[in-house]
Amino acid sequence: MAEKKLMYGNHAIVEGVLAAGCRFFAGYPITPQNEIPEFMSIRMNEVGGEFIQTESEIAAINMLFGAAAAGKRAMTSSSSPGISLMQEGISYIAGADIPVLVVNVIRGGPGLGNIAPAQSDYYQATRGGGHGDYFTITLAPNSAQELYEFPKLAFELAEKYRNPALILADGLLGQMMEPVEFSEQVVDPSTLPEPPYALSGCQGRERRVVRSYDLKPGKLEELNLRRHAKYQKILKDEQRFEAKLCDDADVVVVAYGTCARVCDAAVRMAREKYLKVGLLRPISLWPFPRNILAELAKRVEDFLVVEMNLGQMIDDVKLATDCKSRIHFHGRPGGAVPTPREVYEKIDNIMGGAR
Amino acid sequence: MKQLFGRPAGLTDVLQRYCPGCGHGVVHRIIGELLVKLNIRERTVGIAPVGCSVFADEYFNCDMIQPPHGRGPAVSTGIKRTRPDCIVFSYQGDGDLAAIGTAEIVHAAARNENITVIFINNAIFGMTGGQLAPTTLPGMKSTTSVHGRDIKKQGYPIRVCELLAGLDGPYYLERTAVNNPKNIIKTEKAIRRAFQNQIDNKGFSLVEILSMCPTNWGMTPVQSTKWIEETMMKYFHLGEYRNRAKEEK
Repeated sequence: MAEKKLMYGNHAIVEGVLAAGCRFFAGYPITPQNEIPEFMSIRMNEVGGEFIQTESEIAAINMLFGAAAAGKRAMTSSSSPGISLMQEGISYIAGADIPVLVVNVIRGGPGLGNIAPAQSDYYQATRGGGHGDYFTITLAPNSAQELYEFPKLAFELAEKYRNPALILADGLLGQMMEPVEFSEQVVDPSTLPEPPYALSGCQGRERRVVRSYDLKPGKLEELNLRRHAKYQKILKDEQRFEAKLCDDADVVVVAYGTCARVCDAAVRMAREKYLKVGLLRPISLWPFPRNILAELAKRVEDFLVVEMNLGQMIDDVKLATDCKSRIHFHGRPGGAVPTPREVYEKIDNIMGGAR
Repeated sequence: MKQLFGRPAGLTDVLQRYCPGCGHGVVHRIIGELLVKLNIRERTVGIAPVGCSVFADEYFNCDMIQPPHGRGPAVSTGIKRTRPDCIVFSYQGDGDLAAIGTAEIVHAAARNENITVIFINNAIFGMTGGQLAPTTLPGMKSTTSVHGRDIKKQGYPIRVCELLAGLDGPYYLERTAVNNPKNIIKTEKAIRRAFQNQIDNKGFSLVEILSMCPTNWGMTPVQSTKWIEETMMKYFHLGEYRNRAKEEK
């Protein structure tokens, strides 16, 4: 068995990023993700990578743009307000079809908000986030183990589709300690092939240009349509989810990340009372696992969406189920985390209470 | 027959879309020649700005990237740190470098990032149509200061070389001009030094170049070259503002 360690979620991300062969990090301090740059500064030094504490999140995302355009795996981490600042860069990177990894350890918002866990950046993450027609591949881990495993997956998806990838965590996942099994095959960065767009000097080849603009008439439309085809392929092939106890369920709870952990406990409480309740946990938020929801909606009459916001993913659940079922909602905004009891009571209420 | 003059291999064989009398073409040529003379073309990555010279990614015959407005020094940092054997230069105008990108240039200089920055100062926003720049002179007219820059409301121009010379980080800072052959030769020497410093791993080098913008100044090309001499140089003094090589001697 692989080595196992008790770690903070934020530290697990660092080990996952390094195991993925990434040797470039640029970022700016912001709570509740400071353990990432702190630990990264030590570990990057140990493995001979580059760690840069930047003057701003704007600089950080643009350093990623440079490093990734040079053909190297590059990542940054931040929390909500910092991710807002990065949106300019993410839009350019998406427009230049360059893969990078951005981790958002979400905190309460809007504005400075607070430093408590939240899921209020769901829209921002799954609707592109910045200006222009684009999407970012978005993964939502729900444990320290997945925080360790997902960076590699995110890099692989980002590179496969030449698209930015996001990992959405939250203050709770980042700050809590859990056992992490170092299960991933460690990637030696020198074995990663040089991508076809890599800026490295044009010796022995045609010069390369990385850019997001094209002013020739019709050309930008063409580029956007090509990117649209890429997005359609991602939507078709990369939906990820975990379904628990959904086969016989009368009510299916839909939740991701921290909320999925809470709802997992609530579903177990319901099952102890012989209530037929299941849990559908989206792992990829974009592409949203719409197929499984459409399938479930053929049979399930009630879905309960639980989020740490005022209702954002619920839109995707409604779209995926084509509003065929009743979609209920329980949300806690502003950095509040729902309890299993709250969710259980909501389930009980949906099921009529008498059962 | 011997060819005495032609397009340097450091420039692509395309028509450059600059106005008559514009200084960009002169500076492009200097860089294009130096990429060959210093034998670095095949290991160079250039960073185009946003502004008139956004199309620099089509003009320099080397690997190029076009980042967001003002972020050239950050993008340069990402490339240089991951590919230290590459020669990385950031080509920026005054809006790009001294307005929206002020933070990025100051911190790249403070880190003494081993990159070369070519900074075109023509005291105006060119591509967007002649608006006030951070380098627009007091009293100078622009499309957003039609009665002239009012220092009470719009403040004073930023002297980038002097500003960066206040930092310990930068290795080399010089201001030159391209308004006459003598100054063009000096500019060539300064840009050569700025690239050589990077080749020698010395650190951050920036050349600020006073450059003509006849279209947005509302002048003829000849008037523009005179205006640089008689007006611009009174505010932006030419010369070396930092040269660690001399201090090291």
